[in-house]
Order: sequence, then C-alpha cells, then structure tokens
Amino acid sequence: MGEFRSLQLVPKAEALQTAKEFKSDQEVRWCPGCGDYVILGTVQAFMPELGIKRENTVFVSGIGCSSRFPYYMNTYGMHSIHGRAPAIATGLAATRRDLSVWVVTGDGDALSIGGNHLIHALRRNVNLKILLFNNRIYGLTKGQYSPTSEQGKITKSTPMGSLDAPFNPVSLALGAEATFVARAVDSDRPGLMSVLRAAAQHEGTALVEIYQNCPIFNDGAFQVLKDPGTADQAVIRLEHGEPIAFADRGVFRDPATGELEVREVTEANRAQVLVHDAHAASPVTAFALSRLAGNDALHHTPVGVFRDVERPVYDTQLAEQLEQAVAQKGAGDLAGLLAGPDTWTVA
Amino acid sequence: MTSEVDQAEVSGSPGERPVPGAPRRAKPIRRLDRVIIRFAGDSGDGMQLTGDRFTSETASFGNDLSTLPNFPAEIRAPQGTLPGVSSFQLHFADHDILTPGDAPNVLVAMNPAALKANLADLPRGAEIIVNTDEFTKRALAKVGYAADPLEDGSLSAFHLHKVPLTTLTLEALKESGLLRKDAERAKNMFALGLLSWLYHRPTKGTESFLRTKFAKKPDIAEANILAFRAGWNFGETTEDFAVSYEVPPAKLAPGRYRNISGNLALSYGLIAAGQRSGLPVFLGSYPITPASDILHELSKHKNFGVRTFQAEDEIAGIGAALGAAFGGSLGVTTTSGPGVALKSETIGLAVSLELPLLVIDIQRGGPSTGLPTKTEQADLLQAMFGRNGEAPVPIVAPATPAECFTAALEAARIAVTYRTPVFLLSDGYLANGSEPWRIPEVDELPVIEPDFATGPNTEEGAFWPYKRDPHTLARPWALPGTPGLEHRIGGIEKQDGTGNISYDPANHDLMVRTRQAKVDGIEVPPIEVDDPDGAARVLVIGWGSTYGPIAAAVRRLRADGAQIAQAHLRHLNPFPANLGQVLGSYEKVIVPEMNLGQLALLLRAKYLVDAQSYNQVRGLPFKAAQLADVLWAAIGTLDGSED
Repeated sequence: MGEFRSLQLVPKAEALQTAKEFKSDQEVRWCPGCGDYVILGTVQAFMPELGIKRENTVFVSGIGCSSRFPYYMNTYGMHSIHGRAPAIATGLAATRRDLSVWVVTGDGDALSIGGNHLIHALRRNVNLKILLFNNRIYGLTKGQYSPTSEQGKITKSTPMGSLDAPFNPVSLALGAEATFVARAVDSDRPGLMSVLRAAAQHEGTALVEIYQNCPIFNDGAFQVLKDPGTADQAVIRLEHGEPIAFADRGVFRDPATGELEVREVTEANRAQVLVHDAHAASPVTAFALSRLAGNDALHHTPVGVFRDVERPVYDTQLAEQLEQAVAQKGAGDLAGLLAGPDTWTVA
Repeated sequence: MTSEVDQAEVSGSPGERPVPGAPRRAKPIRRLDRVIIRFAGDSGDGMQLTGDRFTSETASFGNDLSTLPNFPAEIRAPQGTLPGVSSFQLHFADHDILTPGDAPNVLVAMNPAALKANLADLPRGAEIIVNTDEFTKRALAKVGYAADPLEDGSLSAFHLHKVPLTTLTLEALKESGLLRKDAERAKNMFALGLLSWLYHRPTKGTESFLRTKFAKKPDIAEANILAFRAGWNFGETTEDFAVSYEVPPAKLAPGRYRNISGNLALSYGLIAAGQRSGLPVFLGSYPITPASDILHELSKHKNFGVRTFQAEDEIAGIGAALGAAFGGSLGVTTTSGPGVALKSETIGLAVSLELPLLVIDIQRGGPSTGLPTKTEQADLLQAMFGRNGEAPVPIVAPATPAECFTAALEAARIAVTYRTPVFLLSDGYLANGSEPWRIPEVDELPVIEPDFATGPNTEEGAFWPYKRDPHTLARPWALPGTPGLEHRIGGIEKQDGTGNISYDPANHDLMVRTRQAKVDGIEVPPIEVDDPDGAARVLVIGWGSTYGPIAAAVRRLRADGAQIAQAHLRHLNPFPANLGQVLGSYEKVIVPEMNLGQLALLLRAKYLVDAQSYNQVRGLPFKAAQLADVLWAAIGTLDGSED
C-alpha cells in the first residue's frame, strides 16, 4: 500500500482499517437491487487502502438517490442541496488540505441543476474526487428523463419521447479542462476499485463516472456492458501504455481524418492499434475515445482512466499565495491595518 | 450650535471672519463652519477620483466629513448626456456632521450635462464653477439647452465662475510632450487644484498619491501634478476668485482618526473578526455592484490568512463559504440583492446545518437588476423571510460607514456563538460613503470564542451533532479531523439530538420551534432612545443608513424648540428586548425608510403599534430638510398640540 500523492498532507491511520469501520450505523435505504449498494460496498472496501485517518475523510453530496451516500459512510459528511456539492466541497478542500474530500453526485445533480459547479470545479482543479453515479434517469423524483437519457426516451415527463440530446459526461469533463477523467461500471468491482485508486492518486479534481443501474425506473440500462454474451464486444478497457483492444477488435486512428474507429485486429494491422496514453498533454485522443460509443448506444464503451495529467492544484496554489503574502508583507498586523497610512489625532 | 440646522452658505455666512494665524495670502480669507461641494462631470471625467482626493485632503486636515458618490451603472455612459453624469458630494465642517448635506454650496460642472443635472439641487447664492470649454453649441444642444445658460442670465441667482478648464490645463501642460487627449484628461486635477486653493486644503497627499498611482507612467504622474499645481496657482492669481475660505478642523472626541468608507470598514471588520476568533476568514463571492470592493479589499490581505474565492456564480460563492465553515473557517459571502435571491437556498441549508456563516448584502435599488449603483434598503424582508420553510436568520445593520466595522464583528459574534447564518445589511450609500473613524485599539475589540467540540457529548460516549447548549441552544461545531466525532449533517430534517434523518411529525415541530427559539433568544443590546428631556410625544425610528438624515432632521427640530425622540435599530432580528416598551411609550411612531415600509410592517405586526411609514425609493438618501418637514408635520397633528 503506497502513499497516495494527493493525500500527502492528510494524517495517516495508525492501524490497518477495515471496510466495516467505514460503515455508519444508519440503515441503507436504497431500493432493492439498486446499483448504489454495490458502489457503496466497493467504496467502503476501498477506503482502508488510502491509509488515512477516517476522521480526515469527508463525503459531500447534493440531492438525489446517490446523494444519500454520505449517511452510510462512517466519516464526516454533508448531504447538501441540489447540484451544489462541488461548490461546497471546493470551499472545504480549499481551506483544509489535511482532508480527503469526496463528492457523490448523480447525472441530474451534477449535469443538470449543478452543471455550472461541476465544470468550474474541473477547470479549477481543486483536490476533490467526484463520483458521478450515472443511471440516465431521475430516480428520487420518480422517473423523469435526465440530461444523460438517450434522445426519444419515454418517461413520465416525456410521454412522446424526450427531445434533447444527452450529455456525454466524459466528453463534457474533458471539454471543461478536467485533469482526471475515468469511467467504471457499478457491478465491475475490480474495475471500479482500480479507477478509485487512480483517482485518489491524482492531485487535483478527479471525475469518475460510474454507470449505475436503477432497477425501478431505468432497469438494464447498462446490461449490454454486463452480460457475458455482450460485454466482450461492448466494453473497451483502457490501460495506460497498452494497445486499446478488446475481443478480436481494436481502436485505430484513421490517418486521413484523425478520427478513431474500431476495426478487426489482424496480424497485418496489429502494430497500428492505438496505444492508450492517459498522460497525453492534449485531450484530443481522450475526447475521441469518449465518443466511440455514440450518444445513445453502449457498444464500444471505454472504461478505465481516459485522462490523468498534472496541472497545478488550486488549493495548493492558494496556500502558496498565503505563504507568499506573509513572506512579502509579514504576518498580518491588525493595529497597523486599521490605522492605515493617513491618520490624524484629536487631543 | 449645530450647523445642520441652518443652511450656511459660502458667501454671507455669519461665521465669516479673517482667520488668525493663517499664512499670509494675497487675497482675503473667510472662515466658514461648513461647506458642501459637489463635483460633477462625465462618467469618464474622473469625478470620483477628484472627490476622493478632496476627501482625503479634508480628512487629513481634521474636518468632520461625510461623502455621497453618485454614478451611473455604465462604465462610460454616452458622453455629454444627462444619464452619463457622475458626481461626488462632500460635506465638511468644523463640528460633527451627520450627512453629506442636502444642497451643495459649490457645484463644479465639467460640462453642460453636469450643470443641467445638478442645478435643481443648488440653493440661491451657491457658487458654480463651470468648464466653459465644454459649453459648445453641440454639447448644449445634446442636453436640450436652447441658449447658453452661461450667457442668457438664467444663472443670475448664483455666483458663476466661468473657467476654461481644458484650455488652462492644456496651456499648463504644453511643455509636457503629452498628446492633447492625454493632457486634456488632467483637467480634473486642475479643478481639484483650484478647489484646494479655494478651501485651503493640504496638497502633499494628492501629489504623492498621483506619483504612486501613475508610478509606471511617470510622465502622466508629472502632468497631473503640474495640472493640480496650475489649478492652485490659477486661484491665487485670477481675479475671478476674490476670496478664499477656511473651515477649521472639527473638535471630535479625542483619539486617532482616519477617513473610511463603509465597504473598507466592513472588510476590516471581517479581518478583525477572523483575528479575534482565531478562525481563518474565507470569502466566497461573485462580483456584484456595490459589494465587489469587499472582495477586492480582502484579496489584498492574504497575510492575515484570509482566503478569497471568486466563484463561478453567487450560489457557488456561498456554497464554498459554507463548505469552509464546515471545515472551521469564518465563512463569509458578500453580495447585493439579486445575489441574495440566488443564495437563498444555501442560506436555508445553513439554517438547517446550523453552521456559522456571514451573508453580507450591500443593498441597491431593486427589483431585479434595478439600480445597481444607487442605494435602497428594500432587502429587509428578503433577509427576514426570503427562504422556503421556517428559516429564521439574525440580521444586523450598520447605521454609518464607519459602523460597518463593528457590525461585521457583531455579525461574526452572533454567527459563531449561535452557529447560524447571519445577515449583515449595508447599502450602496454606506458602502461608498465615507466619514472619519476613530481607530479602535485592538484590545478593545470583542473576543469571539469558537468553542469547537473536542469529544463525545453523551453519557454513552457518543457524539450527537444536534445536542444543544441549554443556554444558547447552539449545537456543537465539530470539525472534520476530530477523532470520534464523525457525523453526517444535511438539509433533510434531523432528529433532535442525534441529527439522524427524521420524518417524525412531532420531531419536525420541535426542530422548527427550536431553530426559531434559538434566533429569538440571541442576546442583543437594548435599543437606546435619544429623548433629551423625556418629554417627546413622537418617536422617529429607523434602521441602516437613514441614521444620518434622521439624526440631522432631529437636530433641526430641536434647535427650533420641538421635542422629538429618536431611536435607531442595529439589530433587526431579533429585535432588542426593550423595543416593544419603547414603541409603546410614544403617542406617535414615524418610520422613515428607503423602501415602501418594510420595518414599519414588522413593527406593526410584532408590536401592534400604529407605526407610520415615510418612504422614499429614489436611489438616493433622504435629505435632512425633507425629514424635518415630515417630523414637524407629525408633531403638529398631535392632539392638543399648538397650531
């Protein structure tokens, strides 16, 4: 268990922790079969790996089914208001570099009502780990379409089909200057674990999109990524430095257009299979990868880390400015400040 | 004698006499007890800077003073038009004064628009200094002057000084090598020099200010200084100005003073609150007029551990401040009315989370975008009630620019002691207006005790985040990083004590009432009544920036033999405990407000008194004379009153 780069200032746990220690005493109240259970279990199992004091961990959420998450973690937590968790967590992370701050949000919370806060958190690169549970539906309000629902979706609020084109959260994050973007599927515990590990390592804001099944209002939305019969053909696992290949196929760059495309891998073209570079300075290829699946379909869905690059971290720089100000002007002298340069005395 | 009572005019003032011991000058000097000057010009003419400089000189000279900047929302409104006029009014005196003054004794008009826009405010006999170079046919026509008012006799009631300010400035700078347009821009400094001569203001401060301001453009700095000196010399030599005036320093309470604006005082109050509580200040803010200067100011003081965060929007500004408060910072957000509307949901969350948070509203004209650069106090009911559910928030309101300092400390005291968001309602007039401030000793400032939770608070060794202090009803503030106190809080209703989610009807009723009881129980000082001989039958009560005009009006009435009581509220939620008794002690209660009667509505509802509103929503402060008339009328209608 190595040290996590983004947690260097967080006090270390004295003893090895267990998943159980991270379970709160609150009864979990998601619907039976909800993907959130698996994610919660995976996160609780992952937290001991961080090796930090439990009391220095904070989960902040917005509103929605996923946003009940903090109640179930035996850490500090705040269940805030709709869409605002990234903003609230930004204030916390920017002032407390000794904390590991996690945001739990959903597709409606993060991409609809809270879209502005999400994109600005990403460009700002505050030390936050954002887990975006994407079930492509509004669950807590009982089944309206969400900003990630496929176009034409029939829901309670769209009986004749939804009209708006969906967001692709990974594309959006890359466009918002995110330094770390990854995707995982709720039921794929090892895949989710590995992405959480990479996110925790990353210094700055990390966005992890987690495809999450809503058994009540959008059941089976990601089934094609889970069924043994289809998953092989649908899921593309991204590993930094490895060729992007799955089943008998691979991802190639069309030299004429620069676009990415999926083709059968043959002996002749094997060397041309695109090698994944998560650390590439340019987000162009990561963006192209995020578009492979298309908006409404899931075949050719990359999972894993799309992008993981270094950029100065907001809270680090803020702290440096404070130190610099003290170095330049000395620690604040209140009496001197209040007096200012121009005074007069009345006897 | 209080000069608020009489309308001292520059010429013919009874106080005029040669000043003993003044430096010998070529021209006679007259002494005045007070003067009101208004600088007016295009919004690009530098009138705010000119006014600020005159104010600084006046402050360092030791006069009491009060200022009123008034400018359009547009950065460069169409040149030469009435909506583009920017002005700065300064009232200074040899005694304590309360307002920027009703009517200027001197108007400096840089163009026809400035003359036209301000003429109606001038009393007969006032002096007008105009820049004749700008009185061209075209400029006159632009503001609808058919004939040149400088020539047609329409200004015969005033002392008109026709000065070709632009020509004189260009002449003074002809050796400077500056382009004509750059040289022309120094004409405001020429005007400042002239006025500085006319009123014997010190000049060193302005010269060193100009050198610092234009440190990177020394030729511009020197040109401005040259223009400033040329203006001074022009006054000394021209025959147009036969006398100059002196206003001796004021005899204020002993102490060390500086001049300070409301927004600066508020910024310093926040820094002081951080220092006196040991909490690092975190400001989450989105730029908005007239609050942005607080963001600018606090961002200069990172060496006090102050963190400023310019957020993506108003909601993120308060959200980040609340997140910082959860982590143990003194969370602050600054805004104006439209921003408060956006922040409402987060304020409600702070009410539910019961975390300390300062919400600073520099009120401006509304609704919607309203009048961004003009003052109003119409957000009281928004602060009081503008949230879903029962969400009580304490409110404090400073009465003068300098009082913004203590108001910030008081808001922080309430927020930290009672674990609650607190509103501080300032306004555009307080924010930009300035006055002398007796600089407090740091030791005199209150200490604020955060009293963080350090361990379990139940007999079973558990930590309950909503187990309250029985006296204040405040809940414990347990910071992340404290072992054993891990807890989850949120906007869903919580079970009393444990803080766990609860939908229980009786519990919700209890929690709603408890949150209200906590705010109702906040200890605030009693309201003081100024009723010198205890015989007044009419009480005038206000809140916020109306203090100055109300007090000035009360002085006028008393000088004329009337009896009237005055009280001013600094705490609007909860009200001082003695307020009901005070209101009940008078036959008539008058409530002047720059809204349509918001405080009056609260007083009537809570105390069942027949409080009568007097309202104005013109984007400008009340005038003392106007309020004096209203109060005279109120006294006159009492039963058994004479005449």
